[in-house]
Amino acid sequence: MLLIRCPHCGPRNQDEFAYGGDATVKRPADPASASDSEWHAYIYVRDNPRGPHEELWHHAAGCRRWIRVRRDTLSHRILATGPVHGPLAEEEGR
Amino acid sequence: MNGQPFRNPSGGLIDRARPLSFTFNGRRHAGYAGDTLASALLANGVRLVARSFKYHRPRGIVGAGAEEPNALVQLREGAATEPDTRATQVELFDGLVAKSQNCWPSVGFDLGALAGLLASALPAGFYYKTFMWPASWWPTYEHHIRRIAGMGEAPRDRDPDRYDYRHAHCDVLVVGGGPAGLAAALAAGRTGARVILVDEGAALGGSLLGEQAVIDGRPALAWVEETVGALAAMPDVLLLRRATAFAYNDHDMLAIVERRFDHMASPPPFETRQRLWLVRAERVVLATGAIERPIVFAENDRPGVMLVSAARAYANRYAVRAGSRAVVFTNNDSAYGAALDLARAGIEVAAMVDVRPDGGEAARRARAAGIRVLAAHGVLAAHGGRSVEAVSVAPIDGTGRAAGRAERIDCDLVCLSGGWNPAIHLFSQSGGRARYEPAIAAFVPGTSVQAERSVGAARGSFALADALAEGLAAGATGAAEAGFGDGAVPPAPGIDRAVEAPMRPLWAVHGVGSKRAKRFVDFQNDVTAADIALAVREGYRSVEHVKRYTTLGMGTDQGKLGNIQGLAILSGLVGADIPAVGTTTFRPPYTPVAFGAIIGHATGADFDPVRRTPMYDWHVRRGAPFVNTGLWKRAQVFPRPGETVLETIGREARAVRTSVGFVDVSTLGKIDIQGGDAAELLDRLYINNWKKLAVGKARYGIMLREDGMVFDDGTTTRLAEDHFFMTTTTANAVRVMSMLEYVHQVHWPELEVHMTSVSEQWAGVAIAGPNARNVLSRLTSDIDVGNEALPYMGCAEGTVAGLPARVFRISFSGEMAYEVNVPSDYGAAIMDAIMAAGEPFDIIPYGTEALNVLRIEKGHFVVGPEADGRTTPDDLGLSGMVSKTKDFIGKRSLSRPALTDPERKQLVGLLTVDPGERIPRGAQIVEDPSHPLPCPMVGQVTSTCFSPNLGRSIALALVKRGRSRYGERLYAASPVAGRTVEVTVVHHVFIDPKGERLRV
Repeated sequence: MLLIRCPHCGPRNQDEFAYGGDATVKRPADPASASDSEWHAYIYVRDNPRGPHEELWHHAAGCRRWIRVRRDTLSHRILATGPVHGPLAEEEGR
Repeated sequence: MNGQPFRNPSGGLIDRARPLSFTFNGRRHAGYAGDTLASALLANGVRLVARSFKYHRPRGIVGAGAEEPNALVQLREGAATEPDTRATQVELFDGLVAKSQNCWPSVGFDLGALAGLLASALPAGFYYKTFMWPASWWPTYEHHIRRIAGMGEAPRDRDPDRYDYRHAHCDVLVVGGGPAGLAAALAAGRTGARVILVDEGAALGGSLLGEQAVIDGRPALAWVEETVGALAAMPDVLLLRRATAFAYNDHDMLAIVERRFDHMASPPPFETRQRLWLVRAERVVLATGAIERPIVFAENDRPGVMLVSAARAYANRYAVRAGSRAVVFTNNDSAYGAALDLARAGIEVAAMVDVRPDGGEAARRARAAGIRVLAAHGVLAAHGGRSVEAVSVAPIDGTGRAAGRAERIDCDLVCLSGGWNPAIHLFSQSGGRARYEPAIAAFVPGTSVQAERSVGAARGSFALADALAEGLAAGATGAAEAGFGDGAVPPAPGIDRAVEAPMRPLWAVHGVGSKRAKRFVDFQNDVTAADIALAVREGYRSVEHVKRYTTLGMGTDQGKLGNIQGLAILSGLVGADIPAVGTTTFRPPYTPVAFGAIIGHATGADFDPVRRTPMYDWHVRRGAPFVNTGLWKRAQVFPRPGETVLETIGREARAVRTSVGFVDVSTLGKIDIQGGDAAELLDRLYINNWKKLAVGKARYGIMLREDGMVFDDGTTTRLAEDHFFMTTTTANAVRVMSMLEYVHQVHWPELEVHMTSVSEQWAGVAIAGPNARNVLSRLTSDIDVGNEALPYMGCAEGTVAGLPARVFRISFSGEMAYEVNVPSDYGAAIMDAIMAAGEPFDIIPYGTEALNVLRIEKGHFVVGPEADGRTTPDDLGLSGMVSKTKDFIGKRSLSRPALTDPERKQLVGLLTVDPGERIPRGAQIVEDPSHPLPCPMVGQVTSTCFSPNLGRSIALALVKRGRSRYGERLYAASPVAGRTVEVTVVHHVFIDPKGERLRV
């Protein structure tokens, strides 16, 4: 079970969180002017990287805040965590 | 009972003052407290304990611990019976009952052994190859194969024991209570760090328990006792005995199963039998020791063939002679000390057979003790049936081939030492990569991935002095890294270091004996050297493929005993060296774990949490059966004596349309939304407009997912300019809350708004029917419930039945209706009050069944059947609600080509041509039921019921181009129900399509 450092609560077990997908995908500012392919990419197209991946997690059984986590998909190391909008703090150790 | 003929009169760590009686295969035997089942069996001369997995060959005890491949027994009887328990790890208790597995009618006379006679017909992959055709017969084949090749029997009755689990944190977790582990725990504990020491045995000491080592000039066990005493006195040190760390998970979380009371006939009252620990550690020290390995030769599985370390442990720890006359076969020094221990215990050592030309100092000492040492020799074959009777021994060359005349040596015990494998299972599970160390011809821990370090034999440091030094260093360093102490390593105790001659790798002795002789690599899975050769001939090269094809190292063995010999034989056959062949991945669990321990107390009624509304007891008092809606228990119907369920549903649904009924709607999700931008947030979430909603008014809203599909619906009420009260469906209450938080925190953090789930704070009751206002007006004096003051979609706050309440004029049934919310604690009180006030109108409570009938009659979609994640607002006939003037979640998707396709399925109603005929659930809609298969399907029935108010069967359906088909004849075909029903397509609102009843 991963140990995720919530920027608001501190380190917590993975089972307090819900995974929320790729954090780098941004909702188009003006959806009406987005092309079909841009909108399609926003909804469906995701990278599946081997290595660092910036993702959203919801501290659902905790503070109810969505947070940003940089996780290595290969080693499961948590490299950094932080608020959704703001700087990530590098993790030492795990 | 007999007199334990193989027990020495003195010595050992057993408690002779506590004799125990036990039964094995129906025979009673005697043992002592401190025995394992295996040591007690050997003390009684019981050598044949099992039949092998595939060939049903007679098997005896090989090991003395977790590595045991053969002596897997069925322990206990009845509901508490447990299969595949290792006799070497079962602590003896008075009244223990065990029996052999995988044999019929008995272990001594096993009909399955006929398989052994047909052995040449049962090579690797035999079942895959033979039972390929016809494929549909495989389940039949499998049934019979499983009977023959089964292991133990799973209990048929409910487990009588209880289990629990515990989470724990520590600074340093030490796995293994041998010399290295004790030293690590001591060094870490002295710094004040929180330390947990885990050992699978009842007694700490590890290998020291079975050897006669000396530490600081005293017996090693004195050092063990002193160290354990010191650890027990440290307040932040936890010693977990009888506990196996069986899995090393991500981020240094280890799973440990503690067998709290397996050493007793049954747990004491109110105690759990086993406990699962989930321990998150800052630093982990793996002191898991090493497992001795056998050497492969012909008929090497005869009972009486055993590991040197096992025979030594039986002699030293249990005062048991594993035989009377032993041949010891080794390729390293460690067996010599053991041989002297065996001799001291009264076992005649007929010969030391050493594959090395020169056994060095150890060999000289053995000769000086009068033991015959045969250098550069090997054991070619064992002889005997149910017990070994002799071995053939001959000079061998460097490759393990016989290089001279064989000599037959009579013996009833053959002890093997092919070197040692560090127990790197947990290291491997942690993600670390093993490295091959040629000096000991074994895989050792390589690069670490997690915060662990291996010490002592677990990293290939087999000398006691090294184990202690490494343990102390790892404990001190680990504690320092966790913030305790300065990392200074305590001085190591004094150990006399023996000069050792190098070991010489030898995996198998080749090519002698009859062709039918079997040479086992993996005892537990009955894998022979010939099976590996066959796999290679058939083209398998990868070690992972050979493993799966031959089953080498699979099952509960997990490569403990049968791994590296197999790899070495494979490497020889494919012409690659062992590091290039690599090793397979060790998987958890290290040793088997009972399902009960994993499940803990989450069984039966405690399997899942249960949510009950504040009215639950009120419903129980009225005899309502309950239906599960997610975790909720909802009242299904309120039956009267003599009614069928259908009659009850009909009566309840008719009452709502003709007079009045009331229903508990507390399970709806409720979210309180406040802030200056609350209306803006709702506008961006719902498909319709919210900014102009007046205070005190409610509005029905629909939310989409970003892909344009309907996600949830409900009414939301404006309580103040900056204050809304949202309701969601019962099923989506949690998801909607998460979505609100997501869009606010991720997409639009600039919005000034805050939301809180208040689902549990309010109890809700809907009063519905033409007499609803008459009932409610009797319950309130400060709320004007008239149509002028409180019109459809109005809201008022005040008191109802003297309780603080919010009243919403909203309707799910299609009748005039009020939803009354009161604080949860008053849930039962409001039900009683409504029941009493409605008496003049014959009010009745109704359940979810009538609720569902009423909404089908009214053509309301619900999340699940109709809004199934593939329907858009237009599919559900709600395109009129979609705002054209603003953006909202999912809007852009609605204009994508697939979502505007005119062929899409649309919500319609269905009437049966024969009014009494029921439309089957889940039926497919077809145009021509006589069309040859596959028959094109144009839609599906989503909800179906008998409408008591229309007196006929009705259904909702999603049908291609449905709204253009009104009046069309179609067929609802259900191969499951075996029926096809002729139906007519109609508009999906069956009752009051103009909505006049809502507004009266």
